Amino acid sequence: MTALGGLLRKEWFHIRRDRRTAAVLIALPVVQVLLFGYAIRTDVDNVRLAVVDPAPDAQTISLRNRFAAADVFRTVAVVPRITDLDPLFESGAAQQAIVFYPGFSRDLGRGEPAKLLIITDATEPNTGSLLQSYAQAVVNQWVGGASRAGGAGGGVRIVPQVRMRFNPTRESKNLFVPGLMAFVLTIISSMMTAISLTREKETGTMEALLVSPLRPWQIIVGKVTPYLAIGFVSVVLVIVEALLVFHVPLRGSVPLLLVEGALYILVSLSLGILISARTSSQRVAMMFALLGTMLPNILLSGFIFPLESMPSALQAISYVVPGRWFVTIARGIMLKGIGFEYVWRETLFLAAMAAVLLAASVRSFNERLE
Amino acid sequence: MRRILYLAQAEVLHILRDHILLAQVLVVPVVQLLVLTNAATFEIRNTPIHIVDLDRSPASRGVVNRLAANGHFDIVDTTPSVDVGDDHLLRGTATMIVVIPRHFEESIVRTGVGQVQLSVNAEKGSAAGIVQSYATQVLTDYAASLRPVDNESRIADAGSRPRIEVQARSRYNPTQNYKHYMVPGILVALMTIIGTLLSAQNIAREKELGTLEQLNVTPITRGQFIIAKLLPFWVLGLIELSLGLLVGKLVFGIPMVGNLALLYCVAAVYLAVAAGIGLWISAIVDTQQQAMFVTFFIVNIYLLMSGLFTPIDSMAPWVQKVTMINPVRHFVTISRAILMKGAGPAEIAQPFLILLGTAAVVLVVAVGQYRKRAA
Repeated sequence: MTALGGLLRKEWFHIRRDRRTAAVLIALPVVQVLLFGYAIRTDVDNVRLAVVDPAPDAQTISLRNRFAAADVFRTVAVVPRITDLDPLFESGAAQQAIVFYPGFSRDLGRGEPAKLLIITDATEPNTGSLLQSYAQAVVNQWVGGASRAGGAGGGVRIVPQVRMRFNPTRESKNLFVPGLMAFVLTIISSMMTAISLTREKETGTMEALLVSPLRPWQIIVGKVTPYLAIGFVSVVLVIVEALLVFHVPLRGSVPLLLVEGALYILVSLSLGILISARTSSQRVAMMFALLGTMLPNILLSGFIFPLESMPSALQAISYVVPGRWFVTIARGIMLKGIGFEYVWRETLFLAAMAAVLLAASVRSFNERLE
Repeated sequence: MRRILYLAQAEVLHILRDHILLAQVLVVPVVQLLVLTNAATFEIRNTPIHIVDLDRSPASRGVVNRLAANGHFDIVDTTPSVDVGDDHLLRGTATMIVVIPRHFEESIVRTGVGQVQLSVNAEKGSAAGIVQSYATQVLTDYAASLRPVDNESRIADAGSRPRIEVQARSRYNPTQNYKHYMVPGILVALMTIIGTLLSAQNIAREKELGTLEQLNVTPITRGQFIIAKLLPFWVLGLIELSLGLLVGKLVFGIPMVGNLALLYCVAAVYLAVAAGIGLWISAIVDTQQQAMFVTFFIVNIYLLMSGLFTPIDSMAPWVQKVTMINPVRHFVTISRAILMKGAGPAEIAQPFLILLGTAAVVLVVAVGQYRKRAA
């Protein structure tokens, strides 16, 4: 045990002596969450609206004003002909257009259905659908306002009462910031251990460790523990950042979130250890740590893109991406306020991954000893 | 000119001899394109819903059948208890609970108005909005299909009430296919990775091996050296674009509305930017490892802030301004505009001019940064 204590002290000295690196390791996740937290969003507002109004009159201007008054829309152009829209759409200057046909007010006055065309840039399909329903809602409101005298008798209506659970304002930051935490923490953690071990190899001090009375598991524990402490500081910092800067709610238990965070860091650190135990140079180790964590954690963790939408083969691969489980846990605890009874399965997956990765690293050390 | 050709020839030989590098350039991007395109989708399909039918009447069954037949929803469970529905929502096994209250039918018959509660998991904000609008549409259609109590009053109502017939047209992606949106963007990402990473690593390797010293003592000038170094990667990038377009067309059937020559023209400028950034990185680092680290860090920021995955329009206003200096953003915009919308030179003029300017600045800085040093 004293041998392990010695290794721990040695690692601690390494970290303390190189304060700049330690500062970078702690600051990097915080900076990345800050930057990407403001960038990775999918809220739709400030829609650039173009209006085609060949013969403006009281009615068309009233509807146009209704669009102008809606928070979501911003009228960028009013043009007389529908063909004028093409360059606006192609350059992206307009995202949506309402087109009045000649005779709009005449038809309205006679009680005939007045024709209105809504054109939406649907290159991004979801934004397209949302814009479509926003514009439809504005038109419906306008019709409703104009017809108050008529009353609502006659046809059957089914009125949906909608409750938006867990995220009533539907701000996408509440979804993305917890995922972002998982993303930045895993990359930095797996890189820390990956570099630490391969550095010993490259400088030749690995041999010294191997001939010491330390057992392989002790070397691994000695390497992981100090970085677990640094990683935990990062976990606390990014959670505080999510709460204070981005005002993401934390409805569940704070201790549970911290414990899950520590477990997740442990998995990432173990992954870094395994990578470095298996590779010979810092260069290769770093490449694996980056490639093995970055792309899968952006794409297959559900952090940006919903896993449900992916083909089943990719969903199957996502089971071995640690981020997938922590993203679910972090969102569940923060947004839904759920307790351990709802996340035990995810926790079990993370714990199993940590165990397997650590066992595999101990084994690769044993092989080297023989 | 001959010197440039010789050095470029040496580069090409290096690339052809290095099988790992060749695989990295030709195979990996195709695999990435296939995987990324399938993974990067916000498509909403088969939303799992839970139905709590407290009325159990013909009218409520009508609602359930309409929801089931709609195609957007997947009814995972039907129970008479709201608590079970809540549990599904917390577990994430259902995205929406539809509660049809007691006396739903009675209310419709008596007053013509029925109420239905929709509880949507709004974690995924914009998706929740779309799910809700699908459900509302189903309910509206169903209500319209129920015969009104009194036919005459309906006609009278129609007369007094202004009606607007809204025609909706979704342009540029009428089938709402996410892959058509992602492929033009992912092509840019792949070209960025290859162009920047390979050129950064390449010169860093010469530094490490010491062969850069040999080049420094040759009569070749700085400009010639850099052109010769970048030329092969520039060509590789264009080959990569062609390969990606081919896969995009054959596998995903992406639209190619605009002028491909225009796209290649922009790509040529863009690759100069990407390779120039790689060159600049290699000038400030000492080892291949550092080159890789810095490149990954920069490319990571570039990609996540380019509008490739999440729309620029949704970013915080100050971030939108910052992204103006991100070359990836401009090429993603251009690539989508040309391929999907058929934009011509006039429509892409602004982002293209920014790319041109960036190319000039990056290359001048990179050339200035790289010095023939004795030590």
